[in-house]
Amino acid sequence: MTTQRTSGRRKQAMAAAAVVAALLTTAACGGGDSDGDKGSKTGAAGFDAANNKVAQASAAKKGGELKFGAAQDADSWDTTRGYYGMMWNFARYYSRQLVTNKTEPGKAGAELTPDLATGLAKITDDGKTYTYTLRDGITWEDGKPITSKDVKYGIERIWAQDVLSGGPTYIKEVLDPKGEYKGPYKDTSKDKLGLKAIETPDDKTIVFKLPKANSDFEEMLGLISGSPVRQDMDTKSKYQLKPFSSGPYKFQSYNPGKDLTLVRNENWKQASDPVRKAYPDKITIKFFSNANDLDQRLISGDLDLDLNQTGMSPQGRTIALKQHKANLDNPVSGYIRYATFPQSVKPFDNIHCRNAVIYGADHVSLQTARGGPVAGGDIGTNMLPPSVPGSEGQKYDPFELNGANKSGNVAKAKEELKACGKPDGFKTTIAVRNNKPVEVATAQSLQASLKKIGVNVEIDQYDGSQSSSVIGSPSNVKKKGYGIIIMGWGPDFPSVQGFGLPLWNSKYILESANNNFALINDKTIDGLFDQYVNTLDDSGKAKIATEINHKVMEGGYYLPFVFEKFLNWRSSRLANVYTTDGYSGMYDFVNLGLKSAK
Amino acid sequence: MLAYLIRRLFAAAVMLVVIVLVVFSIFFLFPKWAGVDVALSFVGKQADPAAVEGVRQKLGLGEPIYTQAWEFFKGIFAGRTYSGGGDVTNCPAPCFGYSFRTEQSVWPVLTDRLPVTLGLALGAAVLWLIFGLAAGVLSALKRGTLWDRTAMVVALAGVSLPIYFTGMLSLAIFVFGLKWFNGDYVPLEDSFSGWFGGMILPWITLAFLYAAMYARITRATMLEVLGEDYIRTARAKGLREQTVIGKHAMRSTMTPILTMLGMDLGALIGGAILTETTFSLPGLGQAVLNAIKTQDLPIILGVVLITSLAVLIANLVVDVMYAVIDPRVRLS
Amino acid sequence: MTELSKTGAAVGEPTSNSSAPSSFLEVRDLKVHFPTDDGLVKSVDGLSFQLEKGKTLGIVGESGSGKSVTSLGIMGLHTAGQYGKRKAQLSGEIWLDGTELLSADPDHVRKLRGRQMAMIFQDPLSALHPYYTIGQQIVEAYRIHHDVDKKTAKRRAVEMLDRVGIPQPDKRVDSYPHEFSGGMRQRAMIAMSLVNNPELLIADEPTTALDVTVQAQILDLIRDLQKEFGSAVIVITHDLGVVAELADDILVMYGGRCVERGPAEKVFYEPRHPYTWGLLGSMPRLDREQQERLIPVKGSPPSLINIPSGCAFNPRCPYADLPKDNVTRTVRPELAEVGSRHWAACHLGKEQRERIWTEEIAPKL
Repeated sequence: MTTQRTSGRRKQAMAAAAVVAALLTTAACGGGDSDGDKGSKTGAAGFDAANNKVAQASAAKKGGELKFGAAQDADSWDTTRGYYGMMWNFARYYSRQLVTNKTEPGKAGAELTPDLATGLAKITDDGKTYTYTLRDGITWEDGKPITSKDVKYGIERIWAQDVLSGGPTYIKEVLDPKGEYKGPYKDTSKDKLGLKAIETPDDKTIVFKLPKANSDFEEMLGLISGSPVRQDMDTKSKYQLKPFSSGPYKFQSYNPGKDLTLVRNENWKQASDPVRKAYPDKITIKFFSNANDLDQRLISGDLDLDLNQTGMSPQGRTIALKQHKANLDNPVSGYIRYATFPQSVKPFDNIHCRNAVIYGADHVSLQTARGGPVAGGDIGTNMLPPSVPGSEGQKYDPFELNGANKSGNVAKAKEELKACGKPDGFKTTIAVRNNKPVEVATAQSLQASLKKIGVNVEIDQYDGSQSSSVIGSPSNVKKKGYGIIIMGWGPDFPSVQGFGLPLWNSKYILESANNNFALINDKTIDGLFDQYVNTLDDSGKAKIATEINHKVMEGGYYLPFVFEKFLNWRSSRLANVYTTDGYSGMYDFVNLGLKSAK
Repeated sequence: MLAYLIRRLFAAAVMLVVIVLVVFSIFFLFPKWAGVDVALSFVGKQADPAAVEGVRQKLGLGEPIYTQAWEFFKGIFAGRTYSGGGDVTNCPAPCFGYSFRTEQSVWPVLTDRLPVTLGLALGAAVLWLIFGLAAGVLSALKRGTLWDRTAMVVALAGVSLPIYFTGMLSLAIFVFGLKWFNGDYVPLEDSFSGWFGGMILPWITLAFLYAAMYARITRATMLEVLGEDYIRTARAKGLREQTVIGKHAMRSTMTPILTMLGMDLGALIGGAILTETTFSLPGLGQAVLNAIKTQDLPIILGVVLITSLAVLIANLVVDVMYAVIDPRVRLS
Repeated sequence: MTELSKTGAAVGEPTSNSSAPSSFLEVRDLKVHFPTDDGLVKSVDGLSFQLEKGKTLGIVGESGSGKSVTSLGIMGLHTAGQYGKRKAQLSGEIWLDGTELLSADPDHVRKLRGRQMAMIFQDPLSALHPYYTIGQQIVEAYRIHHDVDKKTAKRRAVEMLDRVGIPQPDKRVDSYPHEFSGGMRQRAMIAMSLVNNPELLIADEPTTALDVTVQAQILDLIRDLQKEFGSAVIVITHDLGVVAELADDILVMYGGRCVERGPAEKVFYEPRHPYTWGLLGSMPRLDREQQERLIPVKGSPPSLINIPSGCAFNPRCPYADLPKDNVTRTVRPELAEVGSRHWAACHLGKEQRERIWTEEIAPKL
């Protein structure tokens, strides 16, 4: 791919956008009707008014059209195949699960609550049997009842990875670690319900039998991939074009990359659903190819919110912060942005050389490259996102990254270099995705600060869309000499397992699509994860999570940049709007309402 | 003339086949050299090697390139069936591939998006022809005057300013500032006025770039033509100056303009990527951009083919037009 | 004046009053100047002559002598199609059948073009529009001045093509210029010029682009047509041989001015200007074997921006030093009568010139 031209174009585009933004800012400033922090006559709730709390809770009316805009379409709208956080968030409009995240702001939003099931799992057999009973009155969009067999079939679809690739496979790994079941499409049993680990003694009961306990299993069932799918409505790979709805809305039309319209599912009954409020009559998504255009439309009020929830573009952010601050929220995203050091590349096999880089980096400059404290996030001091139980946030700062020497501790770095046997520094290469300008900027920042301690780095911008084969292949990493890899990671579900297992467990060192880039092979950490899955009480789980985080940090495998924050737009029309840790600081889509039905 | 046409059509068909082969080679061999596994980008975060293998099989990525190319050609005429993992996907003829990313046959995606791009390109072409030719002719006739210099400076600006800039500026002013348009694309079959309103800014933005180019070419060509002896002859006959310019001079000036127009339209039909991106028009350019972002090779291949086809057809049309305009071409 | 026309004279003495002359065409003190970045180009700088109907005037000179500029000036083609800032500057008077053209309404002059005065250009391939058929171009020329339908005009075009000797005119009328041979093209060009029976025909180097045998045919054609239509004809050429066959009178131009003029036989057999001698020397002659090489006029034509002072020809004139007091280099010679209706502009004495001609020049020709 033509890296140079793309970045040239991008620069041009950025420059152009900056000029336009400046023009708009000056033009609109003349009007003098900018909103303050504290809400305004235009109806905006105020800066951070919906961040971990509910804004305009009582203003929500039934009816109206809720308008999403997005620069990127979902990876798939198939409940089995979607992996994007925004897809999971949005999919609750048309799919229900046995249990789901609470529709509450902040931390509470990450807790589970019964949905199709009458209650949370009845866990027996030392955490190896989970039993649910289904509610009455739960129906598909054609009015037929949702049965336990539909739930089982929906979950079985995860096994058909060759057809339905892309989604999370936690449930499959827990229920069938040896991969004995071949999935419903190759299932020879008549009802295609051949998976032994799930039993459906009757239409209302579903029992999961785990070969080995996993204390996060219910979290996994709460993922969208735990949704029911009715066998006669399963169009296999084409299911993503029109999923059959179990929720309050159903697909009216979907043109990939163009638009998506949901309308009310008349067969959904409010009484059967303790979670969903279903305020609007219609929900639309329009996809834009120009992020600036999208932001402008948010600001102008044509759209209500960004489906992607990844923050506004730099230009839109500038305008919005100046004039419409009351429409913005600044939540923590749950993502950590970091650099990591593959131990296969010398001299990063030596912990002191890793530590030297961690100490030597200028953490303020890295934060600035990420977008500063507001759009980028707080300086990251460890590897457990603030939304995950067991996290200590910035209080745990073993390398004093946010301390007195936050602009780089040269003395300490030199000390570590000496201990590593490289007192004069060394040479290495940073691998960074070429399609993420912000990551390229952090790479450049890191390059500049490491120069001060004698570590000379080259920056290799690789094709970002191919990261799973470029940096996901340990042999390729070694061959290319990628001593530093710049990446980001967010939890699939808020637990140390949902965040760190693929990153830190030695079992997850894979030949391709590897995410344990540092090649951490630490018996202690592996052991802690094993202990974690068998611990059923929340405080015990949190304690282990803290411990794992400490072990990872002590190993010097990671240089965290920021606990990421976004700046997201919320239109003045929105009511009952709040961010939730259940979906990484995004607004909780499913219960958004409009102040007016028009 | 007919033999000539047949010969040209045949050459065009051969060209297309060559293009398909080249594009195939680029898309299927290049990742191999670069050590990139396309199948990997289809699976989730925790890739199960069996799943990767399954995807690879379904996509036919394991097959040798000539088999893939052959299947592709066959699919155009006979349709194709993809099967794997117990899932069967039909792609009826003309099958230009199947996008496993969006689970759509490529052909309907192309035919769905082509009208948008066609509307954009043709509408803009009308604008840029009118304004580009008018400005070019006036500049030629008023050579050296303030009008000429102003027009040429504006034209230079038009040629040099990126569409990102002019497009976003026009969006900022007319959509978000003055609110003259809402800037939304409305399909033509839904509402003519809605479509027209949504297309005006993209047309103007795109036309500005091209009008500038056409004005410069028109001016230069017109100046050259005005020096021709047959223009003097036309005047010596007693023709009115309007006739001399409008008929005798314009006809000759149009020859290079038409060549350019054919090429430009052909290329634009492949997707005015920048314009479509800036204005979020759901045309081929946007489709190919999305496809590049998501590594959706079948869509990219389809758009490349449509572009090549459009350029080839445009070439053919230009050549025929040439023969119509210039009788000297008909002989050879 | 009436006497002159009675005796068939085409060239008369320059007159200075601005009243309408009785001659069919009279040019008085015509100046055509072009402003350029380097200075003012004086392409024609004070030219006068008269021409009667039925007569032929040959204007002879090297390229750049101003002969073509003169013809375009008469046709009004310097002002038509002049765009931009730099326009040709014309002064003097051009009287055509009682109308002064330079001061006339340009649209009136336009209506005269093609109808009362027509022109044949040097290279018919470039002078005919390549994208239109011969017929279309003739029809257009006819219909500008005649309110007739296309059919009638086409019949007229076929008739004209026939008249100029094009075989199968009803077929050839639909041919394009590039489908014609050079000679045929020039015939077609002539047909187009004559389609409106113009009273004044200007032929600018009508045969230069053609080979020798075709040249003769075209010249015969022009002569025949002139007899038939009774037009006044100006033939512009650098080749004295061409005018020898056609012209009643000859005007020799040098550096934008007339240096000699008079009846053809006088200019040929008793030329009184060294430049004319040079031209005669450079003329290929069919009646003489070509043992001797052609003697071109030595040197190059003068710069029209800085025309040499005195006689414009003095830098190239082998006799420039003969007159006393360096007069050839300081005083511009005026036209003076050297014989009956025969003028030349030269500082050499009358006898001196007669002697040089008969003793030095004539024997070598």
